[in-house]
Amino acid sequence: MFDGLSSQDRDVLRFMTAGSVDDGKSTLIGRLLYDSKGLMRDQIAAIVRAKHARADVDGIDLALVTDGLESEREQGITIDVAYRYFSTPKRAFVIADAPGHEQYTRNMVTAASTAEVAIILIDGSRIVGKGLKPQTRRHAAIAKLMGLDVIVAINKMDLLDWSQAAFNEIRDGFERIARTLDLEPLAYIPISAKAGDNVARAGAAPWYKGPTLLDILESVPPRAATNDAPFRFPIQRVARWGETDPDARRGYAGRVESGSVRVGDDVIAAPSLLPATVREIRSFDGPLESAVAGQSVTLVLDRDLDLARGDALGSNDLEIARTFTADLCWLDTASWQKGRRYHLRQGTRSTLATIEEIHFVREVTELAAVSGATALALNDIASVRVKAQTPLLADLFDISPATGAFVLIDPVTHQTAAAGMIRDALDVLPRQPTPDENFEI
Amino acid sequence: MTAVAQLTALSHLNRLESEAIHILREVAAEFDRPALLFSGGKDSAVLLRLAEKAFRPEPLPFPLLHVDTGHNFPEVIAFRDARVAELGEKLIVAHVEESIARGTVRLRKATDSRNGAQAVTLLEAIAEHQFDALIGGARRDEEKARAKERIFSHRDEFGQWNPKLQRPELWSLYNAKIHPGENMRVFPISNWTERDIWTYIAREKMSLPSLYYAHDRDIVRRGELLMPVTDLTPAGEGDHVERVSVRFRTVGDITCTAPVASVARNPVEIIAETEFADLSERGATRMDDQASEASMERRKKEGYF
Ligand SMILES: Nc1nc2c(ncn2[C@@H]2O[C@H](COP(=O)(O)OP(=O)(O)O)[C@@H](O)[C@H]2O)c(=O)[nH]1
Repeated sequence: MFDGLSSQDRDVLRFMTAGSVDDGKSTLIGRLLYDSKGLMRDQIAAIVRAKHARADVDGIDLALVTDGLESEREQGITIDVAYRYFSTPKRAFVIADAPGHEQYTRNMVTAASTAEVAIILIDGSRIVGKGLKPQTRRHAAIAKLMGLDVIVAINKMDLLDWSQAAFNEIRDGFERIARTLDLEPLAYIPISAKAGDNVARAGAAPWYKGPTLLDILESVPPRAATNDAPFRFPIQRVARWGETDPDARRGYAGRVESGSVRVGDDVIAAPSLLPATVREIRSFDGPLESAVAGQSVTLVLDRDLDLARGDALGSNDLEIARTFTADLCWLDTASWQKGRRYHLRQGTRSTLATIEEIHFVREVTELAAVSGATALALNDIASVRVKAQTPLLADLFDISPATGAFVLIDPVTHQTAAAGMIRDALDVLPRQPTPDENFEI
Repeated sequence: MTAVAQLTALSHLNRLESEAIHILREVAAEFDRPALLFSGGKDSAVLLRLAEKAFRPEPLPFPLLHVDTGHNFPEVIAFRDARVAELGEKLIVAHVEESIARGTVRLRKATDSRNGAQAVTLLEAIAEHQFDALIGGARRDEEKARAKERIFSHRDEFGQWNPKLQRPELWSLYNAKIHPGENMRVFPISNWTERDIWTYIAREKMSLPSLYYAHDRDIVRRGELLMPVTDLTPAGEGDHVERVSVRFRTVGDITCTAPVASVARNPVEIIAETEFADLSERGATRMDDQASEASMERRKKEGYF
């Protein structure tokens, strides 16, 4: 091992921030970076020098830390997901900063897809006595839809004189939404992003005895839970070596997307549903006994199944289907119309697919189901029936998020048109008993 | 199944490594003519190491490409060539000098920074070799415009980046589809920080050009920057030349790469030093990015990687 570096190799938490414009998202991220020393002196100088600085906080506008693009600074808004990195002695963090505008729901969906936790930010000063904003409901609903844990940060408490009554009112308002969504937030925290109270250090409210935002981010259990999910291994490419050798060897290169695998495990290939046993797990650094979720390896099987990119290996519970109920977030400016076909990408498999039926679209404010829709437009969230030309893994997003997710790509423009989450497989194909299995019985 | 529960989750660095390997294999599978940008700098050295991990014992499924400004530190070029020879892989060198000779790159004077000109030469190399994907070692923590970069970043037929029309990138389902004439820039180490890079270099016991470690060098102070005194950047009249222990954090075009004062002689000492550094990597070393707030964004739009 290498000395003095083991502490560098801590675990990582990916989180996103969601809020409406001016709730203080950029300020909060600036604050987290600033207080964890993730911001360097010249970056601070650049913020002070910036042409569009709006406010002075400790002499700097923390929000400008995250306003990356020139076009954004000119308009004073954020138009795209930005990724930030910082670490504390306990953990490394990746922040996906998603803009809050309603029309940029697709960016929130994008950010959420690689995050484990969503911080939902609420500007307490603007909503006390008025009820939560529609965007907040929407952010909560998307977090739920995409399986994220939620932390509710009630910001600008300094403007409310740290009133406990105001905090309780807002928290109760969110609780009501959360109940309708079947969502249980990890915590509600009163903060001042601008001054830093309850962000990385305890704050001005004597009545608040809970943890700071950073305490929670440091202690949320990591999503290693995916190790307990069923084993799934989409094949990226076939690796061959010793080609001129009569015993030419072949292995399947890919990444364990969920669960884990050991040498000697029985696996099933999809979509052929043929069984095999894992003979070797290869890596550049030598053979392995096992591999876990997130690990890129090459698997060698005990028999020749002639698999290719797009096929997958999985544990014995693996099933395939062609028709699914799925939640779709429409991400493209070109809307969906009946009869259109798309490339569907799940794992490494790409196939054609059509949306056969829209069960309902969720309207923007309450996210209630509205039936009768005949088109899907940018930012729509809908429940649909999708049919694929070739069989896919019948994995549910809640159980196997990596393979229960898919994207639709427009075959003409090549735009990523939709993000999909499988909720139900409608025509699971029966598994033929194979000669091998008969033999074992 | 109880044994499974005992398997520990992947550590941060192993996860980053596996993510990069996954991305490299996606490129190999999805594109007809990819190339990996290899300059001999530390990020591209890490990238090359990751490519070995992704594909060995097979040969790499793509050539290496260096866009050579002609303003190099000789140690870096020597390291580049030694690595290529050691791996037995193919290196294509595209020279900015040739673009200058062709007249497609025009500079006010010969010693001007050629960093901006790299974009032109790169686009010419893409056209000549019909590359459809370029794998680069850029990281999101380097710079503001990079923070918004996709891992698979689409470029139109003019090689231009359009930040407002970026494709949403979900989970790790990368959209690799392009039209003829367009290309993709792919950044497998997007999610690595400078510290991750050094930790990995230490862990993998990788060799690097000696410039990355502390050595004595003649410099001239310009504000907070230390300017190396070289043939291309001679000391001016009245400049006070000092000999200082320095190391380079990036090794780009000589005319715009400045070292930092340092006594760190190996990756572990660099990490220790970086923990206390209060200048970010690009700010300490790149004069070209300080010129204007949005200079990286503009250069990226023009086809720079
Ligand atoms: N008083 C007060 N103002 C805040 C706080 N957080 C943010 N702000 C201000 O609210 C405004 C909007 O913040 P910003 O971070 O740009 O919001 P964003 O649009 O969500 O990124 C700015 O003027 C901030 O200085 C806070 O905790 N207290």
